[in-house]
Amino acid sequence: MPLPLSAEDRAHLEILQKQIDVSPKGRGRLIPLLQLAQKALGYLPDEALSLVADHLAVTRSEVYGVASFYNQFRFNPPGKNPVKVCMGTACHVRGGEIILENFERKLEIREGETTDDREFSIERVACVGCCALAPVALVGETLHGHMAPSKVEGLVLRVRLEKEKAQREAAKS
Amino acid sequence: MTVDAMQRIQAAYQTLADEARARQAQFDQSPLPKIHIGMATCGIASGALETQAAFETALSERGIDAHVHTVGCVGHCYAEPVVIIDYPDSGFPPILYPEVTPGKAKMLVKLFLEEGDPRFEHVMGATVENEMIPSVMEFARFNRETRVIMDRCGRIDPEQIHEYVADGGYGALATALCRTPEGVIAEVDAAGLRGRGGAGFATARKWRAGWAASGSDKLIVCNADEGDPGAYMDRTLLESNPHQVIEGMIIAAMAVGAARGLFYVRAEYPLAVRILTSAVEQARQMNFLGTDILGSGLDFDIDLFQGSGAFVCGEETALIRSVEGYRGMPRHRPPYPVERGLDGRPTVINNVKTLATVPPILEKGGDWFRGIGTADSPGTAVFSVVGNVTHPGLVEIPMGVTLRELIFEICGGIPNKKQFKAVQIGGPSGGCLSADFLDTPVDFDALTQAGAMMGSGGMVVMDEDCCMVDVSRYFLDFTQKESCGKCTFCRIGTHHLLEILRRLTRGEGREGDLAQLETLGRAVKQGSLCGLGKTAPNPVLTSLAYFRDEYEAHIKEGRCPGRTCRTLTAFYIDLDKCARGCDACVGCCPVDAVFTTSNRKKGIDQQVCVKCGECMVACPPDYDAVVKISPATLAPIIERPAEKKS
Repeated sequence: MPLPLSAEDRAHLEILQKQIDVSPKGRGRLIPLLQLAQKALGYLPDEALSLVADHLAVTRSEVYGVASFYNQFRFNPPGKNPVKVCMGTACHVRGGEIILENFERKLEIREGETTDDREFSIERVACVGCCALAPVALVGETLHGHMAPSKVEGLVLRVRLEKEKAQREAAKS
Repeated sequence: MTVDAMQRIQAAYQTLADEARARQAQFDQSPLPKIHIGMATCGIASGALETQAAFETALSERGIDAHVHTVGCVGHCYAEPVVIIDYPDSGFPPILYPEVTPGKAKMLVKLFLEEGDPRFEHVMGATVENEMIPSVMEFARFNRETRVIMDRCGRIDPEQIHEYVADGGYGALATALCRTPEGVIAEVDAAGLRGRGGAGFATARKWRAGWAASGSDKLIVCNADEGDPGAYMDRTLLESNPHQVIEGMIIAAMAVGAARGLFYVRAEYPLAVRILTSAVEQARQMNFLGTDILGSGLDFDIDLFQGSGAFVCGEETALIRSVEGYRGMPRHRPPYPVERGLDGRPTVINNVKTLATVPPILEKGGDWFRGIGTADSPGTAVFSVVGNVTHPGLVEIPMGVTLRELIFEICGGIPNKKQFKAVQIGGPSGGCLSADFLDTPVDFDALTQAGAMMGSGGMVVMDEDCCMVDVSRYFLDFTQKESCGKCTFCRIGTHHLLEILRRLTRGEGREGDLAQLETLGRAVKQGSLCGLGKTAPNPVLTSLAYFRDEYEAHIKEGRCPGRTCRTLTAFYIDLDKCARGCDACVGCCPVDAVFTTSNRKKGIDQQVCVKCGECMVACPPDYDAVVKISPATLAPIIERPAEKKS
């Protein structure tokens, strides 16, 4: 089941609509427009695919067909703290899959999914290019090298604690 | 071309070069300390941004005036973040420091820049020969490399075009513009340059076909869709020295008569995209791009297309399809893209490294290039050597160096006193070679003959603890996901290959599985249209040929010789070695599989254990009590005591 659009998503869609309206037409624009949409929303909900399809006068199924072909495009919203586990060759040799599994177990979602509170999502990514630090995972923008299963729990906990702290402080003021 | 016109081009270039050199000289001759920080993706991933911030804070806190200079990547990933401090007044030569954390940065500002003590214990070496500090050139990792493509990587700031120009950059373009297209192609032909994308097709032949193709709307494409999960040299090059690639592309455009260029860069490389965009803009400002380039009458400009991450789009016809706005599926050749490419226009497609090799060839001549490497594979090769190796990173070596020299001498061999088992070359398209092949020279033909291939230049070194079946499964998992689905053999064949391999790694292998892997592997190779399918079975077929005993151990004994396949392995705690009262393994276990048994010693609940190996890491080396064993049935069973009610 796709998650429903959030209010934020709707606002982004409106801005996207305006950007798409003024962009040039032509089939060659399809992938750049999908990239634009994903940049605006963080993912490609049906509504965004429709905007692109209408603008280029291509069927929605055709647009979905192209979008789903490429790894870059995602169809569910990313979490606020996207977890990206490197699955490059060096990380694999040093146990990247075990790290991925630990995140999946800890967050109770599978790779490619987002937690219900939209806090976390898990993705597998190709080599992030610091093979010397393998295995590697990114939480948000921060890279964590020499990952170990016991570090996973700490990382998730840290994000949750920071959120709680922020909420407490917000409540105070 | 008239002598007059040539002089005009050279004069136009000379003016720009003089300006750049004057600007650079100001920086070079400044008496202030210079701090060069490697700032490509790999450096940033290792914390270079934090290091830079730490330097800047420490400098301002102490009121020291210095240049913080961001450069690209030198390719020494094991030492990131790498910093070079050039402090002429200290009396020391420029010094290279590895692994400069923010703390180390602050310390160096205080002790070196303020008090003049370079802290020898943190130094890797000086970057120039001198009498005070041993030079890094004494290390094999430095002195065995021959840098043609990566020469300027890590020396210049990729976002400042004048640094490239001051170093002689775009000089080859000026030389090329004074020659005829045929003259330029002849020089590349004389160099014997072969495409660095993997297949090794002669670049001059491709360009000649491009030149001969009819049509005024020819296109040149730089293929930077680097999708191999273990290779990142194209990214590093674009992030560290984009202008050498751009210069090569302009020369190529001039040689084939193209007016437009296109960079096809992966969107997953945001830093490369950003740096390239700014580099193209700067090149325009200096009239290396645009109309009437350097007064030669040549018009050429470059667009950027961000590839959306499909491995198959590295194949040229698939790449073209994706730029046209379709699913990136390859098509039959001929017609080759040089005849009919993007939107039907003649399109010459070259790899990043191929284009980056062109300026040095034009500058120093084809004969010079031929003098490097072997007769049939002249020049250098860039490898990203990763995995179980002491000094991983990017290495540029002359073709013909043997694998043994590359892995053991240049990259420092296998760490942790482990034994070498295999090297995987060429990523998902390549093959696994055993120790018997260590004396194979690295060049296009020798590698192909051995069953591997140059491919993208990814090289993964594996020690005795790696399981060859698991590595094959890993690559097949990748190619199966990335198969575009056009050819049945590739789409369904890779799926079945993967299924069999998965079964093997779970210990459910059957009699006849190996024969089926071979038959199916060969069928997939024959029945596929493009390079992806044609090479996808290579990792399986080569490892079957060289490591058959490992496959057999999985099937016949339920044993994984590398003790990697988790279904076939178990961890247990040697009660004779386990120390009472130490709880290290209990605390680290993510699934609470470790329990306390009699005498307060520990046991592992085999039903719960997920075999992540964390307890083995946590167990203090003094005890070393955790044992990994395969087949799993060999692990002694220790009953978990019933939960005590508290």
